[in-house]
Amino acid sequence: MIPACPLVSLPRGEALRLDVDPPIAVFHTDDGEIYAIDDTCTHQDASLADGWLEGCEIECPLHASRFDLRTGEVDAPPAKRPVRTHRVVVEDDVVYVVPSDAPPNLPPGLTLKGRP
Amino acid sequence: MNTVCVVGASLAGLLTARALRGQGHEGRIVVVGEEPHRPYDRPPLSKDFLKGAIGEADLALEGEGGEPGIEWRLGVAATGLDAPARRITLSDGGTLTADGIVIATGAAARRLPGTGGLAGVHSLRTLDDARALRADLRAARRVVVIGGGFIGAEVAATARELGLDVTLVESGPAPLAGVIGPAMAGVLAGLHERRGVRLITGAYVTEVTGTGRADGVRLADGTHLPADVVVAGIGATPCTGWLAGSGVELGRDVGGGVLCDEGGGTGVPGIVAVGDCAAWYDPALGRHHRIEHWTGARQRATVAAATLLSGGTARPEPARPPYFWSDQYDVKIQFIGHPGEADTVTVEEGDPATHSFLAVFRQGERPVAVLGVNQVRLFTRWRRHMETAPVHTG
Repeated sequence: MIPACPLVSLPRGEALRLDVDPPIAVFHTDDGEIYAIDDTCTHQDASLADGWLEGCEIECPLHASRFDLRTGEVDAPPAKRPVRTHRVVVEDDVVYVVPSDAPPNLPPGLTLKGRP
Repeated sequence: MNTVCVVGASLAGLLTARALRGQGHEGRIVVVGEEPHRPYDRPPLSKDFLKGAIGEADLALEGEGGEPGIEWRLGVAATGLDAPARRITLSDGGTLTADGIVIATGAAARRLPGTGGLAGVHSLRTLDDARALRADLRAARRVVVIGGGFIGAEVAATARELGLDVTLVESGPAPLAGVIGPAMAGVLAGLHERRGVRLITGAYVTEVTGTGRADGVRLADGTHLPADVVVAGIGATPCTGWLAGSGVELGRDVGGGVLCDEGGGTGVPGIVAVGDCAAWYDPALGRHHRIEHWTGARQRATVAAATLLSGGTARPEPARPPYFWSDQYDVKIQFIGHPGEADTVTVEEGDPATHSFLAVFRQGERPVAVLGVNQVRLFTRWRRHMETAPVHTG
C-alpha cells in the first residue's frame, strides 16, 4: 500500500500524480469518489493527472481520448488500450493506493525505468 | 436506412462508421479506402514514426479484433458519384449503391511542380510517403524542407533529431506564422534555430535542382541550397475531384471542399461529409470553414453520423473552436481558437525564452485563442474554458 496524500490535500475535482514507476494518478471526483489509475496515457507519454476530469472520466490533455476511472477503458482513438486501475483505501483521513499486479499498458516507446 | 457507404478509410471515415453503429445503425456499413492499409493514425508520421521510435503496428487506429460488422473495400478509390441515385463508381470498375453516403476522402499533399521525375523529393501525407521518406533520410546528410507549416516544422525537427543538417525554407515571417500569428511564431522560430536548424524566411523556391536525383534547391534570390533529400510541406488539397458533376456542391473559397451545413449535411439528402475534405458551415465565423486538424475529424464524426441517421433533423451541438497540437523536439505545442480575430497577445504564464509558456489571444477583453508551449495542465483548463464559453456570432 502506497500512502498518497492526506485526504484534505486532494479536494474534489483535483488530481495527484504519484511519482512511482510507472506513475499513478489519483483522482477525487466531484461526487466524492477517489480512484487511482496509471498516470500515463496508453497512446503517448502524457500525464492523465493534467487532463480534464468530468464525472468518472478523465480526458487525456493532449489528444482527448477518455479513460473511465472505474474500469480503465478508453472511449476512442488515438488511445486503443485501457489503463490499469488500482485499488484505493482511505484510512484515518489518508489516501492509500494498492498498486495492481497486472502489467501496465505503457505507450509505444516507453518502458519501466528499472527495465531495458 | 440499410446500407451506408463511407468513402475514405482514415480517422474521419473510421470514426463515422463507428459512430453510426454506436448510434444504432444496424444495416450494412461498407468502408471504401484508396490506400491498401487499414485505418492508421497520421500525426506520428512526421514525428515518432519518421524518427523510428514507433512502428507501423503502433499507428493502427482500431483496437484488438478490429471493428465488428464493417465491410472493407481497401485499395479501391471512388472515381465518381451519381448523387441522386447514391451510386458510387469505383476504380476497380465496380459500383456501390447505398442509402446513405459519408464522404471522407480527405486531402492530398500538394506536390512541387516539375519534380515528378526526381528521386529524393518527398511530400508527407500517407504511410507510404512516410516509409519512403524514412528510408531516404537514413542515407541523407543534408535536408532542405520547403514550407514551415506543421509538416515542414515537424519534419525539420525530426530530421535534426536524427542528426542531419537541416534547412527550413519558409515564405512567411516564421514557421507556423499562418496558424498562430507572427508574434508567437517568431518565438517558436527561435526554438528551431537553437536546435541547429537553418531557417530561411521570406523566401521562395524556384527550382529543385539535379538530374535523376535532387541535389539542391534554388531560391528566388539565386541562392542554391545543396540537399540529398528535399521535403515539400506546402499544404494539401481536398480529394473531391471524384465528385465533379455529381450534384454534391463544392466550394471554391474553401479550396474545393464539400460544402456542408453545421451538421455535416451536404445539399443532397442522405449524403454527409466529414474530415479534411469537408467545409462545414461555422455559425461563429459566419462562413464555411475547412478544418484539417485531427481533433476536428474526431469531433465531427459523431455529428455527421447523427445528421445522416436523422435525415438531417438532428441539432448539432455548437462547434468547438479548432484545436491542434504539434510536437517539435521535446516541446509540446497546443493551440485552440481563431488567432485571426485577436488584436492582442499576452504571455500569461512562463517565459517564451525557456519554451515553457502560455499565451492568450484576445479581441478586446474576450479570449479568442490560446497557445500552450510545454504547459499541458494550464492549457487543459484554458481549452475547457474556450470549448464551453458561449459561441460568439458575428
